[in-house]
Amino acid sequence: MLKIKDLHARVDGKDILKGLTLEVAAGEVHAIMGPNGAGKSTLAQVLAGREGYEIVSGSVEYLGQDLLELAPEERAREGVFLAFQYPVEIPGVNNVYLLKAALNAIRKHRGEDELDAYAFMKIVREKMKLMQMDPSFLNRGVNEGFSGGEKKRNEILQMAVLEPKLALLDETDSGLDIDAMKVVAEGVNSLRSPERAIVMVTHYQRLLDHIVPDVVHVLADGRIVKSGDRSLALELEERGYDWLQKAVGT
Amino acid sequence: MATNEHELEHLVSRKYKHGFFTEIEADTVPPGLNEDVIRFISAKKNEPEWMTEWRLKAYRHWLTMPEPKWAHVHYPPIDFQAISYYSAPKRPEDAPKSLDEVDPKLLETYDKLGIPLHERARLAGVAVDAVFDSVSVTTTFKEKLAEAGVIFCSFSEAVQEHPELVRRYLGSVVPARDNFYAALNSAVFTDGSFVYIPKGVRCPMELSTYFRINAANTGQFERTLIVADEGSHVSYLEGCTAPMRDENQLHAAVVELVALKDAEIKYSTVQNWYPGDEEGRGGIYNFVTKRGDCRGANSKISWTQVETGSAITWKYPSCILRGDNSVGEFYSVAVANNLQQADTGTKMIHIGRNTRSTIISKGISAGRAQNAYRGLVRVLPTAEGARNFTQCDSLLIGDRCGAHTFPYIEARNPSAQIEHEATTSKIGEDQLFYCLQRGLSEEDAVNMIVNGFCKEVFRELPMEFAVEAQALLNVSLEGAVG
Repeated sequence: MLKIKDLHARVDGKDILKGLTLEVAAGEVHAIMGPNGAGKSTLAQVLAGREGYEIVSGSVEYLGQDLLELAPEERAREGVFLAFQYPVEIPGVNNVYLLKAALNAIRKHRGEDELDAYAFMKIVREKMKLMQMDPSFLNRGVNEGFSGGEKKRNEILQMAVLEPKLALLDETDSGLDIDAMKVVAEGVNSLRSPERAIVMVTHYQRLLDHIVPDVVHVLADGRIVKSGDRSLALELEERGYDWLQKAVGT
Repeated sequence: MATNEHELEHLVSRKYKHGFFTEIEADTVPPGLNEDVIRFISAKKNEPEWMTEWRLKAYRHWLTMPEPKWAHVHYPPIDFQAISYYSAPKRPEDAPKSLDEVDPKLLETYDKLGIPLHERARLAGVAVDAVFDSVSVTTTFKEKLAEAGVIFCSFSEAVQEHPELVRRYLGSVVPARDNFYAALNSAVFTDGSFVYIPKGVRCPMELSTYFRINAANTGQFERTLIVADEGSHVSYLEGCTAPMRDENQLHAAVVELVALKDAEIKYSTVQNWYPGDEEGRGGIYNFVTKRGDCRGANSKISWTQVETGSAITWKYPSCILRGDNSVGEFYSVAVANNLQQADTGTKMIHIGRNTRSTIISKGISAGRAQNAYRGLVRVLPTAEGARNFTQCDSLLIGDRCGAHTFPYIEARNPSAQIEHEATTSKIGEDQLFYCLQRGLSEEDAVNMIVNGFCKEVFRELPMEFAVEAQALLNVSLEGAVG
């Protein structure tokens, strides 16, 4: 589904990704771990198409297309979803309004009919139950006055409604207490499917207790330096990142 | 140079050279302003002597007044002698013959706003015989109002049919000498609307200029007077979301509202005059004086406005809170895009006891536009227990536009409570990217963010107007990002 080859990217003239290579197949859940400043969030932003990230070289293929050629909204409509580390507040815009506009933009792109209010609400209510969210959420401003946990839950709700093919979760566990994390993890797990790939970026392995990945990668100094199964995450938890960075000479 | 006082004096003192009386036949006066022109206008309208005198007094005072320069707007000097102050309805041969001759950009906008075809012709000033099929609508409308005893007619008609009411209230809120443009308007106004709601009557429908008979050719100096007698209630809608084409660059209207004891007036405006092209050429200068007088106890006047048009807007709908416990409200969205300049705001003058006022102002700037909020809250010593809340938010789109806030607060009663909140924000890249990442187009994203920003004001608009206003805002800001 996703093939990243020797990707080099720069922010404000500073090299952040330095030859990153990664392949993710449909149905898989990958975790990308690594120390602060390794380039984890940059990777997520580059894949989503954020402005200000300069691609120096390398390629990203997504479902057979050149992902880097697509505008951010086109990527979204093609099924790339980013759950933000810091979801932004948009005062005065109802959550439900944004969500409906987003879903219909994506449906339109796929050549499907736009949903009317009734059909849409039916979907949203169902997903909100899953995320244990109060219906009053819908009529609040987007992320306006939300607690950290509420914001993250809202991201996963959006993901559940939009049903992306490739979901990128950027530090979704940060700022969550254990109960909130369980709810979020449950939401993500419910979305695991053979047609969908999930890439989680995280600093701590605790999220992986709840969302068990198929593959764990270590990102250090702009490259994937080690890949393995679940046990790699546990090893990292125990030993930290230093030994690895030393081992690979970065 | 063009209109210095010297020249004005000269023009005033000189005798009219061209033989005025032949001009009457021609139905138009040549450019320029003097007492004969004013007498001509008054005579054309068959006005009583007192009305003519009132105009002349205003004119004589106007001659002594300097043009105001304090607003945060810039424009080349206006040559008041180059304006023609009266012209008969446009002859059909001068107007575009069909929609094919109308600026395609204008038509595109009508299309986006969903304006019906027959309406487009009227708005674009196309000469058509049957303007639109509103005769039946208008008739039922008139009957219903007459039943309730509501008077709603053109200003000219009111001067003829209800001279006692006009004479009693005209200039009682905005005196002829109030300011430069109000004085000019008082001298030369050609038409406008008149509304009188009798005691205890709740006007059975929203009054809209849209349905006003003889609405055409009210011209650039419009005069509106609304009187709500004791215990009455009226909601008045002014303007139209569709951009109006107009050959007259200078517009100086006066609106006066009078609310007697326990009366309530809600005045909503959507203003969308031609803003000029992207370089600001040819846009309308909109210099308006709007003021409401809460004359009686427990009265209420509420202004809601969405301003998206005009090259220059200079407008401060105000409330004089004279009656005890009277309430003044001002809700405003002012959009300035490209090279538009807006200096708008309000004045709340607290005179009576326990008077309350609320000001919610949302300014949006895009392109190279400048948008200023100017507001005055004045509490006089008599206004025991007066309260004001002001919230003034600015939104910037792009980095070449400007937002300015000039709040003036004068409290001369120690019991007054005045709150002022102000914010300035930019449509953040973060917000935009967030929406794009959810699949929205950039345009939809900007519209959504801007509409969210304006929500508190849109909420105050009558339902239909609110929907139109949103569509209008979206069209006004098209291409503002990117």
